[in-house]
Amino acid sequence: MELLEAIILAVLAASTPLLLAASGELLVERAGVLNLGVEGMMIVGAACGFAGAWATGSTLIGALCGIFAGIALSLVFALMTLGLAVNQVATGLALTILGIGVSGLIGAGFVGERISTAPRLYIPGLTTLPFVGKILFGEDGFVYVSIALIVAIWYFLYRTRAGLILRAIGDNHVSAHALGYPVLKIRTLAVMFGGGCAGLAGAYLPLAYTPFFVPGMTAGRGWIALALVVFASWLPGRLVIGAYLFGAVSILQLHAQGWGVGVPSQLMSALPYLATVVVLVLISRTRSGGSTAPAALGTVFVPDR
Amino acid sequence: MLDSGSGHARSGTVLLQTIGLTKRYGSFLANDAIDIAIRPQEIHALLGENGAGKSTLVKTIYGLIQPSEGEMLWQGEKMVLAGPHDARARGIGMVFQHFSLFDNLTVAENVALGLDGKESFKAMSARLEQVSQQYGLPLDPKREVWQLSVGERQRIEIVRVLMQNPKFLILDEPTAVLTPQEADQLFVVLERLKSEGRAILYISHKLDEVKRLCDTATILRGGKKISTCLPREETAASLARMMVGTEIKQVKAVAHRQTTVPRLVVNDLSLAPDEPHGVHLKNISLELKGGEILGIAGVAGNGQDEFFAALSGERLSRDPGTIVIDGHAAGHLSITARRKLGAAFVPEERLGHGTAPRMRLSENALLTGHAASGMVHNGFINTAATLATVDRATESFDVRKAKRDPEAASLSGGNLQKFIVGREILRNPVVLVVSQPTWGVDAGAAAVIRQALLDLAAAGAAILVTSQDLDELADIADRIAVMFHGRLSEPLMTADADRETLGLLMGGSALTPKDVPDAVGA
Repeated sequence: MELLEAIILAVLAASTPLLLAASGELLVERAGVLNLGVEGMMIVGAACGFAGAWATGSTLIGALCGIFAGIALSLVFALMTLGLAVNQVATGLALTILGIGVSGLIGAGFVGERISTAPRLYIPGLTTLPFVGKILFGEDGFVYVSIALIVAIWYFLYRTRAGLILRAIGDNHVSAHALGYPVLKIRTLAVMFGGGCAGLAGAYLPLAYTPFFVPGMTAGRGWIALALVVFASWLPGRLVIGAYLFGAVSILQLHAQGWGVGVPSQLMSALPYLATVVVLVLISRTRSGGSTAPAALGTVFVPDR
Repeated sequence: MLDSGSGHARSGTVLLQTIGLTKRYGSFLANDAIDIAIRPQEIHALLGENGAGKSTLVKTIYGLIQPSEGEMLWQGEKMVLAGPHDARARGIGMVFQHFSLFDNLTVAENVALGLDGKESFKAMSARLEQVSQQYGLPLDPKREVWQLSVGERQRIEIVRVLMQNPKFLILDEPTAVLTPQEADQLFVVLERLKSEGRAILYISHKLDEVKRLCDTATILRGGKKISTCLPREETAASLARMMVGTEIKQVKAVAHRQTTVPRLVVNDLSLAPDEPHGVHLKNISLELKGGEILGIAGVAGNGQDEFFAALSGERLSRDPGTIVIDGHAAGHLSITARRKLGAAFVPEERLGHGTAPRMRLSENALLTGHAASGMVHNGFINTAATLATVDRATESFDVRKAKRDPEAASLSGGNLQKFIVGREILRNPVVLVVSQPTWGVDAGAAAVIRQALLDLAAAGAAILVTSQDLDELADIADRIAVMFHGRLSEPLMTADADRETLGLLMGGSALTPKDVPDAVGA
């Protein structure tokens, strides 16, 4: 029972950065923009988040620093792909490489430093409940924010007019422009939102997951977040399931090593990526029943005036 | 309607007026000082060839494009539009030629996007049902657009505009994609809108329609206004002369030498679509002899693209015998192998399918000619041969271009289409499959292309032409078949194929009920 509780707590912690980053990217892709720079924005968010928290001692300020760093980097992407109509894939890849370099530069001085991890919620009477207490009422703030965020995104997309306009732009930017919607402005806002989410997801790692900063500590989580959006077929509900599933895979491989399962540890570490590949194959094979991919995803739009 | 300082006797009755409206793109004048006046309760036609400036003018009136010079008056007052929202707020609505719809959203969501969102989604949905009933334009608000027929899609556009209760509607080539019967239903709606006091600007190049429906017509050519006239007092020929500027050559068929050898045979071809929204081809059979032109009519999206892909070898069939080219089973053969058997293909889309837009014409000649025309020796390109093909096509088909070997994308639609058709015909094919040969091509180029097809048939080739233009098929085809929901009707002799029969086939209603399992969306 205690082991199960520990595993669930660990899965929640491992899944939260995936869910945060993927939530932002889902909104970006729903607007028709493919930003492959999630990994880069996350790692810069991690470095800046740690720097902010180390300087002030506040997790909240650290998280805000991470968010702003993510937004700043996403603005570079927006300027290139939306302002100058550069290829989105190439720009996204470049953004990741840039982010890894910048984070190394910012974080160089912080390697080996420690901060205290994010405080956990404590409600007397509830948090002490057996088994469910710590899982439901004893998490750090990031976990609750990540869940609130995806619920808010669902509500925004399907229950508000602004969300409808965003979906319309992702489906057909030419039509949306013809109806008078500011395609590039809305896409820029979506990209910034995605950048903020990725930055927050990155900041989570040194602020709550481990109390220190290591270069390259995102370790491919940004790529998993990208795959997650496809896995979820751009639907918020499935995104939550996918995020916890992917988180669980990464935790179970640690435990499997501990239990001495006779599988090479390298193979176990590769499991999330293998799962991504399998899921992508499955999706492409069963896509026939009404695809939900935003039709304008990744295409360049230049309005005629 | 007492406009202060108004000196014009009729200014009170003019709803929209443009004065010297000009739109410049660099040194190119898309609209050159256009004056047009539209009154309430008037259906005003805007006539012109492709590139005459019709779309630029209406986009300016709808606020999508800012004019370079000139002004617009709305009910006698100066009107400056920052965007379509401004136009809609005044009561100007537009139905686009290329629908501004969102395939993965529902009908109600599509309509909501065209409105300014001042009412709740629920109230809007209720009003949508009311308006669509009121005008006899039935729609199911909960269906997603990709499931709907072209006619239904247009209904969404019209209902969306009507829900704004506009004083002035712009319709951009609304009948281009409709069956004759659907067009008739549309005209009933338009007459009704007119009787309610609304003004309509009706863009078309179908002259008989304009003569039938419109009160006034303004003709544009090369960005300039040529004249405003009363279409009912003109003849189709006089309107065409104003649009084109010269007399259009009539195509004439040389007496066909029908051979008894079937050149192209399709045996019971069925093919599942490879895309989510594609059409399933079902049991298509036909036989085409040398010297014969078979026309395939049908509303776009009924399987014509899929059929073209199956014939050209872009999609392969499991059973080689389903497609026979000049006596050889070819269903399993690649495009190149089919070309080597003497087949040639002209797809509908000129840029991106027929040619690679950013490559030179000589390189584009190589793309289809490499298999059989001596353009490649031991893996090296014979540049002289590719350039010679460009020169011959230029000469034989009057391709007008700025230099000897320009990029494909730099040619106008008509000239590029003449090059593509010429490129294929110069290979002396025994079978030519051509899709929408004159779509979006000016009348002069269209006549050249149609004549070339007739001449090729006279020389003994079998030609399959897919077109949505019934007049074109009537001009050149010996027999006409209709494609509907992936099935092909029995071909009719062209003489027996009147518009009404074809229209019924295009709407699916002439098929026996068992052929149409899913009722055609009403």
